[in-house]
Parts: sequence; structure tokens; C-alpha cells
Amino acid sequence: MVLFMAHRTALYDAHLAAGGKMVDFGGWDMPINYGSQIEEHHAVRQNAGVFDVSHMTVVDIAGAGARDYLRQLLANDVDRIDPGRALYTGMLNDNGGVIDDLIVYKQDNGYRLVVNCATRETDLDWMEKQAGGFAVDIHERPELAMLAIQGPKARETLAELLSGARAEAVSSLKIFAFAQDGDWMIARTGYTGEDGVEIMLPNADAVTLWGQLLAAGVAPIGLGARDTLRLEAGLNLYGNDMDNTITPWEANMGWTVMLNDREFIGRQPLLNQQENGHAEQVGLILEGKGVLRAHQKVLMPNGEEGEITSGTFSPTLGKSIALARLPAGATGKVDVEIRNKRQAAQVVKPPFVRNGEVVYKEL
Amino acid sequence: MSEIPAELRYAASHEWAKVEDGVATVGISDHAQDAMGDLVYVELPEVGQVVAAGDETGVVESVKAASDIYSPVSGEIVEINEALEDEPELVNNVPYEGGWLFKVQLTDEGELDNLLTADQYQAQIDSE
Repeated sequence: MVLFMAHRTALYDAHLAAGGKMVDFGGWDMPINYGSQIEEHHAVRQNAGVFDVSHMTVVDIAGAGARDYLRQLLANDVDRIDPGRALYTGMLNDNGGVIDDLIVYKQDNGYRLVVNCATRETDLDWMEKQAGGFAVDIHERPELAMLAIQGPKARETLAELLSGARAEAVSSLKIFAFAQDGDWMIARTGYTGEDGVEIMLPNADAVTLWGQLLAAGVAPIGLGARDTLRLEAGLNLYGNDMDNTITPWEANMGWTVMLNDREFIGRQPLLNQQENGHAEQVGLILEGKGVLRAHQKVLMPNGEEGEITSGTFSPTLGKSIALARLPAGATGKVDVEIRNKRQAAQVVKPPFVRNGEVVYKEL
Repeated sequence: MSEIPAELRYAASHEWAKVEDGVATVGISDHAQDAMGDLVYVELPEVGQVVAAGDETGVVESVKAASDIYSPVSGEIVEINEALEDEPELVNNVPYEGGWLFKVQLTDEGELDNLLTADQYQAQIDSE
């Protein structure tokens, strides 16, 4: 009797063949690493790596009302971009809390959203609920696989494996631009702080491309390194750094909120909070040894407190780093409570690492 | 398959002990290091500290998690592996040799009988 069967991506067998250590991730059997998470991290910073991100949820929004619908649904404004461009945004609830963060791709005749797998049902329910009154068709695309190819050599290596319009797209796309060719959608986006692309494509094509990439020396990268890479890049992880009780202002996502003359869900609470003040997300670097972890308490010199939302060991810095939510205006040194001991950490402005370079600024 | 040397004794919490001349060298098993992933920090007890079997005597932290270390035996800490301060990855690479954690001067060698044999430890892993 099978009570629960984890979902498997089209690349499940390929992960096992590559030595992937499989774990449950939001109901999916996914590789946490293929041996050494730290080596995978360096491979992406220094060369090229490929991630199977097929567990992510792809949703197409079509219909005459799609534009108006998304301008109300999302805190960022799809009118800011032309077709062929992508936009990062939060989808907020009535209190301004983040239901999910997502990327919206503006196509010639509609929009594609890529949302988190752990929030799939909540997202789809919310999107359906908000669709009343709009002529929109919300259509999930579970048949598509998704690969992220990231690193300074990623596009060069990938382009050599492709031809025609696909190779051209990989070579020439601008950042946050995308191209479609047949069933493939190639976008110059990512979650690592390195150059690279993300490709949505049919399952069978994904298996073939995965094999070609590995044969070309591109390293398979598990979810473990995906987390250290995104944290070094100062990118939020939904459920850790923000959730439906946290607004974009409190999660360093203010740049994704477009306050213009349109109404969008969560707008008024955001305006209120902007006036009344709010906590802020900053970066921390641990001065001594040890590892910062989510939920550790942060103590400010003035007695106020905050909390780490994501922490890890940074392979690039060789030190522990974290994202933390602190009272507004935090600067200088703070203490973090690690197993009942206080340890000093420096407050910084993330990202910590971009394009292989250490880039954080002390606050 | 992880390596489980037959000559060592094991705690259910995945530490190993090797006894020579009344001193137990303690580390974590190959299975434990593999489950933890890349170690980046090891916190060890103080030399001179007196511990009872089952006492918390340190922490190993990997990129993804922290895990407490318990002394499998009672006695006095007589040496710690200082190389781990700069090279915690020794625990991953050579868990039964250069990746040892600390040494305990035993108060009661009879305690070793409370630990698992290699076969028993293998059975525990298989049942996890």
C-alpha cells in the first residue's frame, strides 16, 4: 500500500546516475548534493553548473483580461516591461504579506509565472480566487521541465551544445530577457548571483540536455549548493526570509513594489507601514567561528532584538553569513545568540557575492 | 555503503570509540559524516574536562545543519584534535583517522560493553 509517493522530475534517474543524494523537498524527491555541496558551490562560482528545478510550478495566464488581472494581483507592475522581458515580484495578501515571490515573463500573447513548489496550492487557490471579474485563463504547465545553467562559463558552454535560435538566445539575451523557440523558453535569469540562464522545456528534451551538459563538464548541482549560492547572492528564500506575515518592505523587496496610480492587492497596508515604520532585512557576517542559522536571536547594542531568517556557511567568504530581520537602522556590530553563547557579527548590506566577487558593504 | 571498521565500538548517536592503553579516541562514523554533508565547524570540549558517558561534548556543523556530539564513555578529556579548527573537512575525508575529535582517559573500561559492535551498529543504520 502506497500512502504517499513523492513526486519525481523527469531527471530522477539522471540524478541517481550522477550520485545524487535524494531528499524530500516540498513533496518532491530532489538531490541535496552529488557528493560535496561545497565543491558544487565553487563549480558554479568558478565555472558552470546545472540545476534541475523542474519541481517549480509554471503557470500560464492567458486571456483578454490577463494584463489587468496581473496588475491587481502582483505588487510589481507588468506594464514596466515589454514582451520578452521578465520581472521579479511578490504576490501579496490583503495585509501586504507575501503569499509568494515569483517571476513573471511577459509573452507576446499572455504571461508565464514561475512560482515556488512549496506554495503551489496556496498560490493557485489565491490566483483563482482573485480571477473573478477578469477574462483570464489560468493554466498550470506540469509537463514542462526546468533547468538552470549557471556560472561564468554557463552560457558559453551551453551555446555550443545548441544551434540556431536557441544558441543565439543563450549567447545574446540581455539580463532578465527571454526567448521562445518551439516548446523551449530560454531566460537569462537565475538564483545564484552568477551569469546564466533558466530553460523551460519538454521533459524528454531536459533529459537529453542534462546529459549533454554533464558530458561537456558542467557540474550537476544539488539543492544544498543552491541554498548557499542564493544566500551569498542575498536572494530571499520563501518560507525562511519572508512569508505571508512579512511585507516586501521587511524583506528587502521594496524595489519590487511599484506604487503608481493602480490598485493592487496589499497596496494600502504597504502605504500604512511605510508611514509607520517597519523592521528591515540586512546581512550579517559572523566574526568568529561557528555557523549562523535561521531563528537565532540577534541582540542590538541598544537592547532591541531581531532574528536571523537564513544562515549558512559561505564557501566563498569562508565565514558564516546570514540574512536577518532587525529593527530599522541597524549598523555596526550586533551579537547573535548561538547555543546560549553570544557571538559578534557585523551588519552588512547584501548581496555578499555577485559574479564571483565579494561585494557586501558594512553598515 | 559507509565504512564501519570491525575493531571499533559505536554509540547509537553515531560516535565511535577506539581504546588503547585506557584512553578512548572518539570520532563520528562514516555514516554520520556522510549524512551531515560538508563539515565547516567543529566545537570540541576542553582538555581536563570530566565527562560522563552520554554527556554533550561538542558540536559538528555542516553547511546544512548542526549536530551535538556525545561522549560514548566516561572519563577525563586528555586531548582534542586541534587540526579540526582549520580543517573540519578531515572529519568528512578520514572520519576514523585524522578526523578524530577528542581522547578520553577512561574511568571504567567496562563501559565499552554498553557500546555497539560494528555488526550491531550496521543493523541500527539499516533499520533507520
